[in-house]
Amino acid sequence: MSAPAIQFEKVTKTYTLCQHVAGGIKTFLFHLPAAVRQLRNNKFTALDEVSFEVARGEALGVIGPNGAGKSTALALIARVLRPNAGRITVRGRVLPLLELGAGFHPELTGRENIILNGVLMGLLRREVRARLGQIIEFSELGEFIDQPVRTYSNGMLGRLGFSVVAHLDPEVLLVDEVLTVGDAAFQAKCMRRMQEFRRRGVTMVFVSHDMHAVRVICERAMWLDRGRVRMLDASQAVTASYEAALAGGQARGEVPADGQA
Amino acid sequence: MRGLQYHLDLIYELTKKELKVRYKNSALGYLWSVLNPLAMAGVFYVGLGLIIGVRVPRGEDYPFWLLLICGLFPWQWFSNSVNACTNVYIGNANLIRKVAFRREVLPLATVLNDLVHFAVSIPVIVLFLLLARHRPTLAWLYGLPLLVLAQFVMTYSLSLVTGALNLFFRDLANLVQIFLQMLFYMTPIIYSLKWSRIAAFRHWLLVNPLASLISGWQTLFLEGRFSLGMWQLAMGYSVVMLAAGMLVHRKLEGKFAEVT
Ligand SMILES: Nc1ncnc2c1ncn2[C@@H]1O[C@H](COP(=O)(O)OP(=O)(O)O)[C@@H](O)[C@H]1O
Ligand SMILES: [Mg+2]
Repeated sequence: MSAPAIQFEKVTKTYTLCQHVAGGIKTFLFHLPAAVRQLRNNKFTALDEVSFEVARGEALGVIGPNGAGKSTALALIARVLRPNAGRITVRGRVLPLLELGAGFHPELTGRENIILNGVLMGLLRREVRARLGQIIEFSELGEFIDQPVRTYSNGMLGRLGFSVVAHLDPEVLLVDEVLTVGDAAFQAKCMRRMQEFRRRGVTMVFVSHDMHAVRVICERAMWLDRGRVRMLDASQAVTASYEAALAGGQARGEVPADGQA
Repeated sequence: MRGLQYHLDLIYELTKKELKVRYKNSALGYLWSVLNPLAMAGVFYVGLGLIIGVRVPRGEDYPFWLLLICGLFPWQWFSNSVNACTNVYIGNANLIRKVAFRREVLPLATVLNDLVHFAVSIPVIVLFLLLARHRPTLAWLYGLPLLVLAQFVMTYSLSLVTGALNLFFRDLANLVQIFLQMLFYMTPIIYSLKWSRIAAFRHWLLVNPLASLISGWQTLFLEGRFSLGMWQLAMGYSVVMLAAGMLVHRKLEGKFAEVT
């Protein structure tokens, strides 16, 4: 077995809650002592000594109520956030699958957005241009590719986003609740695309409230609850326990947005 | 090696995007970048020149409106960039929260975008110089790039700080606007350092880094002369500001994704 693609060893991430600062300079200055005290003490632990591994080519589902720390975990993998304690090892090119349209500029055309997005995600210009034909073909956008993205429907935006990420050769793909938009047909298409990634051996961390999707896509799942790992096992078992807990009303979250539960 | 090529590519694409996007929906296109300073020059010419009767002192060889034009174009670059960069991180929050690219490329591309607009408006400055029977000189050959360099570094350095701080103090953008307005009058744009007969006053004005810079532009455009002293001063300020700006940015950038 090769080294795991992602390793979390007792990773802790705390956020500083700074309402006084967020409230603007005036609030900050008028409440200076309180604000400074708050900056020092008012920490919120979003992840608390979380440990897990994802093997190369594996898909790990991450589930849990809102505020459990799922997005925080993904941001740590993407190296957008730094942990306060613990160690994170990620091997390979990490790419996020962005929400619909995020990362695209509405005024630019599909083609211009592909190039900008590709470069933002770590490719050289010539590398993106070499793949441009494939990406456009994959997106099935036809002549719309030269229209501004603001004229696209959700389905078209999704196709464009997928095509870009699919052709950037991610080794680790991060998916954070992005498949919950669009109609049923669009979601079905997304599921097929996700499984294509799987077949290509892409390591995946898949955050979703859709237990069915987690079971289909992921071998294993991790249930996060208020910053702690509540369960880490085969996805069948974890989603079943989570659903049972939800039904019993002890998951402490609200009902999943679009769950099959 | 790939790192350098990659960042050049990234900056190139982001700047291209800024150029495309800024005037995409306006019929006049980037004529605006020329019309804006000209309109300001018109307002000051009417207000100060015609109504109040400000005159260029004896011994200075240019009309008042020409002085206005020579200062307002570089000022436009500076203030547009600082204003835009103050919001550049907030405006790209969704990217910053998800993708780990070097954050500085965003303000860098914005300042480059305004630099391009400044560059394409230089022929307009030349046109007005010719109207007043002035003309470009050989000193422009090195004066232009050197002053552009100083202004670029100065503008970028300030932008690094305002952009980063604005994430932590969301109303900084308003303060920056007020600050820029005050800075405008403390900078020799609607007047020249030479107009003041009190040397001490000139020295105090030069505490403002922008004063040396715009003064350099005025000397180049109006007298056809490159003022080494003013450029050295401006460049000195720029280097110090760059070091400070990078330091502040380095300290804060790790938290960007948390506060956007
Ligand atoms: N930038 C932030 N600043 C302060 N608190 C945050 C920030 N991001 C998330 N949190 C808090 O951390 C906890 C975990 O958030 P998140 O990882 O987004 O949860 P999830 O994605 O599971 O819904 C939440 O309670 C949230 O309020
Ligand atoms: Mg989340």
